[in-house]
This record gives sequence, C-alpha cells and structure tokens, in this order.
Amino acid sequence: MRFAFTDDQLAFRDAVRDLLDRECPPAVVRDAWTNDTGRSGAAWAHLADMGVLGALASEAHGGLGLTLVDLVLVLEETGYAALPEPIVEHAAVTVPILEDSTAAAAGRVTVTAALDGSGLAPWADTAELIVLPGETGAAVLARADVALDRRESVDGARRLFAVHPRAGPQAVRPALGAFERGALGAAAQLLGLNERMLDLTVAYVAERRQFGVPVGSFQAVKHHLADARLGLEFARPLVYRAAWSLTHGDPDAAVHVSMAKAQASDAARLTGRQALQCHGAIGYSFEYDLHLYLKRAWALAATWGDARWHRAQIGQTLGLPSGSA
Amino acid sequence: MDLTFSPAEKAFRAECRSWLTAHAPHDLPSGDTREGFAAHLAWERKLFGARFAVVSWPEAYGGRGASAMEWLIFEEEYYRAGAPQRVTQNGIFLLAPTVFDFGTRAQQDQILPRMAAAQDLWCQGWSEPNAGSDLAAIESRAERDEPGGGWRLSGQKTWTTRGAFCTHLFGLFRTDPSAERHRGLTYFLVPLEAPGVTVRGFGRLDGDEGFAEVFFDDVFVHDDEVLGEVHQGWGVAMATTGSERGLTLRSPGRFLATAARLVDLARRSGDAAAPTLVDSVVADWIDAEAYRWQTFSTVTRMTDGENLGAESSLTKVFWSELDVRLHEHALALLGAAAELADADPHDWMKGYQFALSGPIYAGTNEIQRNVIAERVLGLPRR
Ligand SMILES: Cc1cc2nc3c(=O)[nH]c(=O)nc-3n(C[C@H](O)[C@H](O)[C@H](O)COP(=O)(O)OP(=O)(O)OC[C@H]3O[C@@H](n4cnc5c(N)ncnc54)[C@H](O)[C@@H]3O)c2cc1C
Repeated sequence: MRFAFTDDQLAFRDAVRDLLDRECPPAVVRDAWTNDTGRSGAAWAHLADMGVLGALASEAHGGLGLTLVDLVLVLEETGYAALPEPIVEHAAVTVPILEDSTAAAAGRVTVTAALDGSGLAPWADTAELIVLPGETGAAVLARADVALDRRESVDGARRLFAVHPRAGPQAVRPALGAFERGALGAAAQLLGLNERMLDLTVAYVAERRQFGVPVGSFQAVKHHLADARLGLEFARPLVYRAAWSLTHGDPDAAVHVSMAKAQASDAARLTGRQALQCHGAIGYSFEYDLHLYLKRAWALAATWGDARWHRAQIGQTLGLPSGSA
Repeated sequence: MDLTFSPAEKAFRAECRSWLTAHAPHDLPSGDTREGFAAHLAWERKLFGARFAVVSWPEAYGGRGASAMEWLIFEEEYYRAGAPQRVTQNGIFLLAPTVFDFGTRAQQDQILPRMAAAQDLWCQGWSEPNAGSDLAAIESRAERDEPGGGWRLSGQKTWTTRGAFCTHLFGLFRTDPSAERHRGLTYFLVPLEAPGVTVRGFGRLDGDEGFAEVFFDDVFVHDDEVLGEVHQGWGVAMATTGSERGLTLRSPGRFLATAARLVDLARRSGDAAAPTLVDSVVADWIDAEAYRWQTFSTVTRMTDGENLGAESSLTKVFWSELDVRLHEHALALLGAAAELADADPHDWMKGYQFALSGPIYAGTNEIQRNVIAERVLGLPRR
C-alpha cells in the first residue's frame, strides 16, 4: 500500500497549473460567458500541445499513454481554473472510446459527449465530434449529423446543448467505463473548484477589515472555513482512489467512483456556501470572481450523477432498502 | 501509487484476523467500571501474550517492529473482530510515543515493557479544575527538593480517565512560576501509590466511574521521573496531544466497524427505514471509507518522512463528528426502541453517550477548528 503520486505525476500537474495560471485567469472564464464560442481560446491549444488532451491515448496513436491516475491531478487543475472547455468529455471520457483517433489525441478535433444521462453535451456547437449513448455502446457523430438545441446552464461559461441525432447510420463503439470516467473527471474538477473558492476566501478575509481587525480573525468566520477545509480533506483521497481503481480494473471501481463523486459534490457545495457567506455582499456581486467558480461547482455537482444519486447506487450494492416503500 | 496490499501486509492481516476472530471477547462489561476494568486487563494481557498488544513497537519491548501501515491493518482487524476499545490506550497510544521521542534509554527500558504487558497502567493528567481548553493555565506545582534529588508535587488534576483503576499518571506541573505560562512547565511520570496521592473516582454521563480526580499533597518524585527537560514540559506534552488528535488514539478501523454495524442495522430495518435515513447511512459509510483512505495517504507521507503537525486537528474533528453521526443514525433507525439498552445486540445508546464525548476530549472541536483556521489555512490570530 502506497498512496501517493510520483514526482513525474506531480510535475505534470504543476506544468498544467502554470499554464492555466497564465492562459485561464478569471478574465478568460468571464469572457467565455459572452464570447461566440464559450471557450478559452488559447488555453485549449496549449493543453493540446502539452499532450493533455490525448494523455490517455496510447503512444502509437499519438497520445502520452498515461492513465487516469496521471490525469486526475490535471483535471483537478482545470477545475481550479474553471477552464471553460469540454476537457472531461474529451480527455477522460471519449479519447479512450476513440482509441485509434490520432486527431482526437492530438486535439486537432474537439470531442464532447452527452453520456451523463441528461442528454446534454457541453460546448457541442464548436466540437467536431459528439458522442451519444448508442444501442450497445457509444455512437460517434459529426456535428453536421446532429441538431443542437441550446440550453441555459446556471454557469454561463458552460455552453450546453440538447443533442438530437439526424437519421443515418451511426458508428457504435464500446463505451465501457465511460460514465465512470466522466463522473470521476467531474469529481476531480470539483476538488479544484473547492480549493479555488477556499483560496479566494482565505485571501479575502485576511484583507477585509471590520471593527478594526481582519474579518478572518473572527471565530465564526474561521469555523466556516475550517469546515470547508475539512470537506476537501476527506473528499480528495476518495477521488484519487477511484482514479486508481478505474485504471487497474478494480471490480468495485464503480462504487469507488460513486463515493468520490458524492463526496466531492457535497464538499464543493459546502465550500461554496461558506465562501459566499464569508465574503459578504461583494461575493454576491456579478463583478467579483467568486460566482464564476461557485456556479461551475453547482453545475458539476448536479451532473454525472449528483450526490444522492451516487449514494443510492452505493446503497444498492450494500443491500440497503431502496426506500421506495 | 499502489493501492494493493503487499504479500507481507496480506500475510500479516491474515495472521491478525485468524487470531483475533478466535480470541476477541464480545461480551466484556464496560472497562470504565472496576470489575469491567479487571476483565479488560485479562484480555489485554492475552493480547500481549500473543504479541498483538503493541505491534509497531520494537521486539525488545514486546512488539513486532511492524510498519505504520501494518499497525493500521492490525487496528482494522481488531475492531472488525468486535474486540473492545483498549483500556491501556492512554499509555500505549499517548504516553509511549512521547517516551520513544523524549525518554532516556533507561526510561524506555523501564516504562515500555511494563506498559505493553498491562502491568503498569497509565492515566493522563493534563486537565485541572481551572485549566481545560486553556491548558497552559495549570496551577499544580512542583517544587525543587535538592537534598532528595527530585521534586515535590502539589495540586489537583481532574477528568482523569480511568484514574481510579490505573497505577501511574503522566502530567504537567509548574516548576517555574515566574516564567511565561508556557515555559516553566515540566512533564512528570508519577506512581499513584506514592505517599500524598489521593485518587477519587466519579461517574461520567453514562454512570460509569470513568472519571477521577487526583490530589497531590507534597508528593515526592525522583529526578528520573521527569520526561524531557525540566521547564520544557509544554513542548513534550504537545507531542502527546498530537498523537491523541491524530492517528493513534482513534484509527479508522474503529469507525469502519461501526459503519458496518450501522449498514447491517439499516438492512435489517428494511423498508421501515425512511429514504433520507438510508441516504444518511450511506453518507456515513462513505465518510468512514474517506477516513480510511485519508489515513493511508497520511501514513504514506509519514513513511516518506513528512511531519503532519496541525493537520492532525482535521482528523480529530472528522472522526469525532463521524462517530456522533453514526450513532445518531443508528438511534433513528431504532425509532422508539432507541432508549432501550437491548434494542439491538449492539448497545447504540451507550455508544452514543461515549461518542458525544469525542468532540470534547483530546482538545474540543472548537479549539481544533481554531487550529485548522489559523495553522492550516493561515487565518489571522486575534
Ligand atoms: C470523556 C472524557 C475524558 C477525558 N479524559 C481526560 C483525561 O484522561 N485526562 C485529562 O487531563 N483530561 C481529560 N478530559 C478533559 C478534556 O481534556 C477537557 O474536557 C477539554 O480539554 C476541555 O476542557 P473543559 O472541559 O474544561 O472545557 P472548557 O475549556 O471550559 O470549555 C467549555 C466550552 O467552551 C469552549 N471554548 C473554550 N475555549 C475556547 C476558545 N478559545 N474558542 C472557542 N471555544 C472555546 C469549548 O470548546 C467548550 O465548548 C476528558 C474529558 C472527557 C469528556
């Protein structure tokens, strides 16, 4: 038993963190609310150059031949930045489905997916390929072969579309584990969002003064943020463990993913509330950046199965009454 | 990252499991009563006889030199087998790590084997009537006895767990009243049979005589009963409270076992269990797993030489509040039967009463949240 990342994995994470620091500051997230694509622009191309988008593809197909254990840390960083891109759908969910697509691995095409059960695909209007549930696995469609219907997410930087395939033959591919990889990816991003909201708030309450002292010196504020930190502390290991279980084909991997997604969703929601409360009115303003992260956290907590849904799955495997009576 | 257990770890687990399943008692009376304590001692001596009392200690002191990971495995198996909380815990889990760090070789040789064998029974003497959360406010004093080569203790300790049944006490006494509060304290190891010591046991919330107050009236202790340097007791004591909050006192195995019992109770409740309650039961089960995996990660970091420090406060708040939730949800499943001691083979109401003390002892959770905010998050002190 050794539960730690390697130096290489941490270095890969750090490189992505630096990149997103530069290429995806809050201004870029904010711009995605109103620009034509709802996307980041340069950050996506840089991630493609670094190999992040094809991390899970084999080297023979232009990827890095890495695993979800490597990718989970990177996805956490994309959450920290609230990167407005379908990176979970592309890098975690569909690259393994399209395993021989060098174009997807290299990021020459963008792939999104509507595989979380909602029928919605994020950023579908600028993706070249859209992956939908097929009869036996996943159906891979070109954008021209679907009709898109824009749906408003609470997170204006998450362009969502209901996807309606036009008639025609569909290439169906095996999609084993696609849902679990999506839920894991969302859980990882929720960890990053959680940490971002906490960092923003810790910095703010140390600066903001009332009654002649920093508001962060008041015990009520301290305890709100201690609770936020606790939630994060006891969500993170479950997410990393689920990444390992999926990578190594653990027979209980789906349960491990459900634990991770349930815990990460609830933890991020709690931190969001505490962060908003500890900011006071400034956090409630549209101009201040907190809401960019808060709304992404709300969206991701709800998607790929919310906390209760995942707990219900676990309840079934534990043989608990389903409560339908 | 390798989240499988090595062949050696698996073999160790199998050995623990087979011995503990065969020998763990399930029906001991509470260890916080005089009769119960004696029964527990018999069990702990048997544990020692099988070299399971202190698996992580060196063989010379009765252990097996097991790794921290193996110790966690032992703990999981110990509670999985239904074995009871250790009445020797305050010595083995709280004092011993400090003796390993600060004790002289002679002190280690003298104290540790007898502690492991449950011959010397240690209680913890921090709190006083006027010093609880503010431990540095202690008033008990030690005055220098130069001709005798030692110190004379006077004052009072209280809330001393199982003090009335123990043979020794470790605690802090003020040796330099003129120094700043945190300085001038010294860590003493006191035999309770020493002349001038009076111990009075008294009842806890659950009615058991688990508390004691200990009075010191000019009690002589020898120089080699000082642990660490004279006047440096605060630093020595903080090392012990670190272990109490962190890993050693309440390892994940205990909560995994309680969560498994709760899941079992919910299963047996069938459709009588409200869906929201089932949801809470699953949430508790996930939390117990979260503590387990957080601990594996912590132990990996410790094995790599990292120091945890204030992070142990996160752990303490988490396990103590999880314990309360586990019991609250069990009582909710029992419904009107919750007040009955025999509503379920497991006495949840008794467990609930003990769980409620978790957020108080080992530094209250309010204090721990202050520590998390100030020392983990870096928020300004007042
Ligand atoms: C079951 C049990 C076993 C125990 N065993 C032992 C033992 O073996 N040896 C021993 O020495 N002691 C023992 N204790 C005592 C324990 O260490 C103290 O109860 C604890 O340190 C709190 O001190 P107090 O009870 O005096 O509460 P107080 O310090 O008086 O606190 C009362 C309330 O005020 C809050 N409070 C105090 N200061 C602050 C602050 N700065 N910020 C916010 N809130 C604050 C506390 O959190 C608490 O809610 C035991 C206690 C229990 C319940």
